[in-house]
Amino acid sequence: MALPDSYMRFSHREYGMDQHRYEWSMLHERPKVQWPDGARVALWVNVALEFFPLDQPASPFKAPGGMVTPYPDLRHYTLRDYGNRIGVFRVFRLLEELGIEPSVSFNSKVAQRYPQLMDEVTRRNWEVMANGVDMGKLHYGGLDIADEAAQIDESLGVLREMSGQRVTGWLSPARSESMHTLDLLAERGVEYVGDWYNDDMPYPLTTTSGTIHAMPMSHELDDQTIQLQYQQSETSFAEQVEDAMTAVHRESSTADGRILSLVIHPWMSGQPHRIQALRRALSSLIAHEGVWTAPGSRILEAFKSG
Amino acid sequence: MPDVAANSEPFSDPSDPGLYDYWPYEGRPKLTWPNGAKVAFWVAPNIEFYELQPEPNPTRKAWPRPEPDVLSYSLRDYGNRVGTKRMMDVMDRYKVRGSVSLNVAVCDHHPELIEACVERDWEIFSHGIYNTHYSYGMDEAQERAIIEDSLEAVERHTGQRIAGWLAPALTHTERTMDLLAEYGILYTCDLFCDDQPQPVNVRNGRLISVPYSLEMNDIIVYNVNQQPPRRYAEMLKANFDQLYEEGAESGTVMCIPLHPYAVGRPHRIDAFEEALEYITGHDDVWVTTGREIAEYYYDHHYDAAAASIAAANRR
Repeated sequence: MALPDSYMRFSHREYGMDQHRYEWSMLHERPKVQWPDGARVALWVNVALEFFPLDQPASPFKAPGGMVTPYPDLRHYTLRDYGNRIGVFRVFRLLEELGIEPSVSFNSKVAQRYPQLMDEVTRRNWEVMANGVDMGKLHYGGLDIADEAAQIDESLGVLREMSGQRVTGWLSPARSESMHTLDLLAERGVEYVGDWYNDDMPYPLTTTSGTIHAMPMSHELDDQTIQLQYQQSETSFAEQVEDAMTAVHRESSTADGRILSLVIHPWMSGQPHRIQALRRALSSLIAHEGVWTAPGSRILEAFKSG
Repeated sequence: MPDVAANSEPFSDPSDPGLYDYWPYEGRPKLTWPNGAKVAFWVAPNIEFYELQPEPNPTRKAWPRPEPDVLSYSLRDYGNRVGTKRMMDVMDRYKVRGSVSLNVAVCDHHPELIEACVERDWEIFSHGIYNTHYSYGMDEAQERAIIEDSLEAVERHTGQRIAGWLAPALTHTERTMDLLAEYGILYTCDLFCDDQPQPVNVRNGRLISVPYSLEMNDIIVYNVNQQPPRRYAEMLKANFDQLYEEGAESGTVMCIPLHPYAVGRPHRIDAFEEALEYITGHDDVWVTTGREIAEYYYDHHYDAAAASIAAANRR
């Protein structure tokens, strides 16, 4: 017995990538980028406001942070909802105190359920990013394209209506996409997505409706990856954030700007015993010279204009 | 259950691969390295290509999520776009040449990365064609085709004859070691049972195992054991300290296996640099490559080791 002949053919073994969404390119060979006012590092903090439904489907998989016990998992449902009731206010207050302007990504269900949170964001003129419908409505290979289009329309429709903003940034729940996601997003006016975790800088993605950009968004540096998935301490979280900025800042210059992004989950970092670690982490980010804090769309705009 | 039907010569005892004989650490002939070094130290970056939609293998699924698994795929692609350069810069600063465990399709996809290795006089060995292309279920002809493909591709792109092997995604068959020896490959990185090189039992010819490492492997530390970067630096230094101390008695090998997509992230790079600075700051460390360790071992130690193993098993 052997594997079928098809297993021994390598049909995409040629120069570049094995798919056509983006070009192969090494960061250090690309044109240099200058940020406004001679900044070295663009700091993009995103606060992720998520709704985990109690009946979160197990198929095709559960978004990290989701329900764990048999239904009804009141433990995890309420622990996540804590972020939207309490944690978010601690996080917002801290960001304001430190003078960091974040973007805020919403599951559209969060905005509908808790319109007060949308008011908190829009009254501060912070950028709203779309994060799908909720953490149970994934985009994935095998999802019917009409159903996916409806999910995207619902998310963008609700968030654009409620925020009064263009909402050009997208993050898929659990960063999961289907083969159609990028095309559907571009068709609906989305200009950048945060799902792709393969670069420190923006790069163009090809879609059936023109070019959009992949923007670097943290994942292995996230509060939830480090403290929930890896079970590491809040102290270690703050150290890792500090170490990331030390490296990124060292590699940057006023003539060759870089980005550091950090995604914060209020249900994780907004806990009383973690908020001071978040303060230490954020303080270490802005302690460096030449750090420009801005939301995704403004960083992308500066990137495009060179 | 092992797929015995797919293998022409299955292990006679499925509970024990019989790839080596028991050889206790105490009582071995003294192992020496060039210039009286105590530790042969090598760094093995895995330069890999993962396919977004690989041909399915019946034994192992490539991605945890439905395809396209954008997060898993892009997380690894980072190594080629960003991480390799960052890792290379650190290794250059401490004059450490890499021994690259290469998915050889990288020669076709990203020849710039191969050029960067060749420029630095790094060793290239094979880690299969793609890291999403597994050996499970291959018959002998198919496994030979992978080895021949590797030898040909690396020689054509680098002029080097492959000396080492790390099975793609650590997927093996029962005949892998026999075939490697037959093709003149000098060493395997797939056995984790020793801190010194050791002869491997093969059908024909000779093969040795050069200690690679799972415990010191960035992916095992970060993604499997889920340790933070500063702790990785401590582990690397402790691993070195012990092997250095024992190396005064008889030479040891320390390897740091790396993945640019893991070690090359900004929050992790300084921990690696701290360890590399510490290790290379010691006297009596032979900073070398897998091939050089293997060649030195064949020239100076293989015969004595074989005799010692035979004696140890004659009781």
